[in-house]
Amino acid sequence: MNSPSPIPSATEPEASPCQATSAAAPQQPRPSLAELFVAFATISLSGFGGVLAWSRRMMVEERQWLTPEQFNETYALCAFLPGGNILNFSVILGLRFRGALGAIAAAAGLMGPPLLLVLCVGAIYAHYGDVPALRHMLTGVASAAAGLMMATVAKMARPLFRSGTVTGPVIAFATFASIGIAHWPLPLVLAVIVPVSIAAAWVRL
Amino acid sequence: MNSGHGILLTLAGFFGVLSLFAIGGGNSAVPEMHRFAVDVEHWLSNQQFADSFALAQLTPGPNIIIVTLIGYHVAGVIGALVTTLAMCGPPAVLAFFVGGAAERFKGAAWHGVVSRALVPVTIGLTAASAIVVAGTAGYGWMAAAITLGTALTAYFLPVHPLWAFAVAALLGLSGLM
Repeated sequence: MNSPSPIPSATEPEASPCQATSAAAPQQPRPSLAELFVAFATISLSGFGGVLAWSRRMMVEERQWLTPEQFNETYALCAFLPGGNILNFSVILGLRFRGALGAIAAAAGLMGPPLLLVLCVGAIYAHYGDVPALRHMLTGVASAAAGLMMATVAKMARPLFRSGTVTGPVIAFATFASIGIAHWPLPLVLAVIVPVSIAAAWVRL
Repeated sequence: MNSGHGILLTLAGFFGVLSLFAIGGGNSAVPEMHRFAVDVEHWLSNQQFADSFALAQLTPGPNIIIVTLIGYHVAGVIGALVTTLAMCGPPAVLAFFVGGAAERFKGAAWHGVVSRALVPVTIGLTAASAIVVAGTAGYGWMAAAITLGTALTAYFLPVHPLWAFAVAALLGLSGLM
């Protein structure tokens, strides 16, 4: 792996929109389009069942494009936006380092390789999807994936129940019941629940 | 019945709108995908939906790649591309503009309020996804045992998803399902 090419002098002035954060400003990393593409393709292809851990390892530890604080901040923003968190992450980082082309390179690196892979998988499934052995294995995997999500939910819900307020658990359960049990359309449910949840959070402020 | 172009438009329209409602990541949108693709449009059977979900989990990359499989199933390679672009495009454009402006509202009070307000909604949506996937995967006692066993193990131990999937695939293959 090539290291983040330390530039001894100050970086180009046109590339620093924000004021230097401190006197001892570390040089701003500025990965190329190809480096962005490769980094996100690597994250994508090594990330089974979620890519958060891999993206942190790559961005903070290996390439050192972000400090741990910057990573947390950026990731919080990405989780706040709709859509796949890691996709938002690739767009925002690409944009930050290399503008619009950087955003495209990073997103293409993230989505391109798995897209090709999954097309092959889809073609194979179209031919052999009826083979009982494959069926049974996939049923097992889907069941396990559901279990993994349940564990995630339980971990996420712990602080919610510890906080002592009733509104959080009530809103979580109402969302779960209307989508998971009543099977109501997502946009309708969110149009009601999100404003209610925001109002409740605002009152508690 | 839809013509070829009609179905591509339906795919683009549905997933394009859905992408903006996927709060807290792609898994939040799974129940809505299931509702529309299986219950409303009858593009896939329950079994095929569960299989697609499993295949997306087994393919490296973001889990949102399940939409590519659905698009492929419905309208071939073109369908896969249209669906993927529809699911990724709108959030990416939004992230592009918000990412540029993020510095301005970083410390704003409403940002914290909205973030906190979305947490319970995300939890509810993820729980709904889990129950929908569990419901489509199979009703046998083995499927239920795998789901419960994985949930308990992953809650108490740091389990790598691939290990869980490998064990579950073998249990499934053992023919008990």
